[in-house]
Amino acid sequence: MALTLVEKIFNSHLRDEPFPGTKVLDLDVVMCHEITTPIAINDLMARGLDRVFDASKIKVVIDHVTPAKDSKTAQQAKILRDWARRQRIHDFFDVGRNGVCHALFPEKGFIRPGFTVIMGDSHTCTHGAFGAFAAGVGTTDLEVGLLKGVCAFREPRTLRIHVSGTLPEHTYAKDVILKVIQTLTVNGATDRVIEFGGPVVEAMSMESRMTLCNMAVEAGGTSGVCMPDMTTVKYLWPFVEKEYESPEAALQDFSQWRSDEGCRYEQELQIDVTDLEPMVTDDFKPDQVRPVSEMEGRPVDQVYIGSCTNGRLEDLRVAAKFLEGQTIAPSVRGILSPATPKIFRDAEDEGLIRIFLDSGFCVTNPTCGACLGMSNGVLAPGEVCAATTNRNFNGRMGKGGMVHLMSPATAAATALRGVITDPRKL
Amino acid sequence: MKSFGGPVLFLDRTDINTDEIIPARYLTEISREALGPHLLEDLKLEGFDPKGDAIRNARVIVARRNFGCGSSREHAPWALEANGITAVIAPSFARIFRQNMFNGGLLALELPETAVDLLFQFRKEQAEISFDLEGQRLTIAAGGHQEEIAFSLAGFDRTLVEAEGWLGFAAARY
Repeated sequence: MALTLVEKIFNSHLRDEPFPGTKVLDLDVVMCHEITTPIAINDLMARGLDRVFDASKIKVVIDHVTPAKDSKTAQQAKILRDWARRQRIHDFFDVGRNGVCHALFPEKGFIRPGFTVIMGDSHTCTHGAFGAFAAGVGTTDLEVGLLKGVCAFREPRTLRIHVSGTLPEHTYAKDVILKVIQTLTVNGATDRVIEFGGPVVEAMSMESRMTLCNMAVEAGGTSGVCMPDMTTVKYLWPFVEKEYESPEAALQDFSQWRSDEGCRYEQELQIDVTDLEPMVTDDFKPDQVRPVSEMEGRPVDQVYIGSCTNGRLEDLRVAAKFLEGQTIAPSVRGILSPATPKIFRDAEDEGLIRIFLDSGFCVTNPTCGACLGMSNGVLAPGEVCAATTNRNFNGRMGKGGMVHLMSPATAAATALRGVITDPRKL
Repeated sequence: MKSFGGPVLFLDRTDINTDEIIPARYLTEISREALGPHLLEDLKLEGFDPKGDAIRNARVIVARRNFGCGSSREHAPWALEANGITAVIAPSFARIFRQNMFNGGLLALELPETAVDLLFQFRKEQAEISFDLEGQRLTIAAGGHQEEIAFSLAGFDRTLVEAEGWLGFAAARY
């Protein structure tokens, strides 16, 4: 029978079905950060269950507020750090080696096609870009995952989005996903997986596919997924070259984790991007999206480039193209947070960091910080930020502040002018 | 099993997100109780006062569709429970929030839009909801009027409510 990718993963990982429709899956990777894990650790300790199912399958990073900004965040980091040592978790990333989880863990080769992945973080859906089932969960699910290596799900149905046409100059994966969320609305994909396919997605880099899958949750989706192909193989090759004779052999193996021809999707949508404009959010919900032409001229106080959505090397390259030889508007505070140390180093090697600094940007260490208003660029009441992040909720980057989501190109153009600016006009 | 039912807090808006339920600036807390005073602190809604009596007295929230969207933070259900709110009723929930409620032995009850509309008709007076989990029906009462509404609570959800959460169930079974 022809199956979707998600059906294949559910079938192959099914541990138990305690009730009709409730599927308990074996987990390949359980990821942890310092915001949602310490309470799980403390609870497990209080219950006398301070152990883990398999330390090699647990990946840990301090990323949300790092280096610690105060005693409370230092304490959160310490609980996580002490636990990782106690449980002999090898893959633990502390200050100096840490980065935004959904950029760092793929970069380390931890995610493979066909994997099941959970984390106490809603943007875990990012990892579906590798043909994995990756879902954000709460702290209790995380606790059970750490302890028993399982997680329960209602099997999600698959919504297929076929992206066709040609992406116009200065439009990117971010503009595509904002368009998708506008179309689906903030709960259009609830209890579903969004499968991204079609020629535009097939031509995308892994970084761009991660940008797409990252925001699946903003439409309510359990995970985003892309079909593994040669682009996936090339990204993962340094990590799998000992397992396969050739990239072609890896591709053949990975291809078992593609949806079959003739599989049954719950819904299929076509999006032609040939006439897509750069997109920008308005107001306080991620489905409130408008073409940049309708948003131009609105002043911003801060421009933030970073996050698990758009803090990767290709994002920095795009923004730097606009910033090279230019100075950002004096009314704007520009903040760049490369998402991982590797991205930071590569950007340094390519001369990108210098371009950001020369243009007037502040360059910070890798961290989630400002995206959720915890550190490193929090807004004051009444302030407006143009951001390459994923949520424009009221007060998201600071109480009383407003966020406009956009691509790195639109953010860079906006930094130069101090008002929301169409990157095609620069 | 936890205790369910009591005075109702009506929140007449769709898509209330977890940043509104408990803002990220409080995620540095490592005790659940510390979240209590900040419940719904950033929610902007006409007639709603996050520091008012309605929220302190409430045991049940009735809201519109897609309640709990956004972040996966289980701090949202914890902040509710720290205020004695153990049940939320809405036409739909974001997946992670809904699971987080049941994972903690709390109720996230999905009712049809028409049933939720009926509940909202009681918002003018101090309404109370009582639950009959065995009979799968709830009663809303205010100002001498009352209505009964049937709901479905079965399978995994029911088991988690009876077991007061997923950890106890999973630790014993797997």
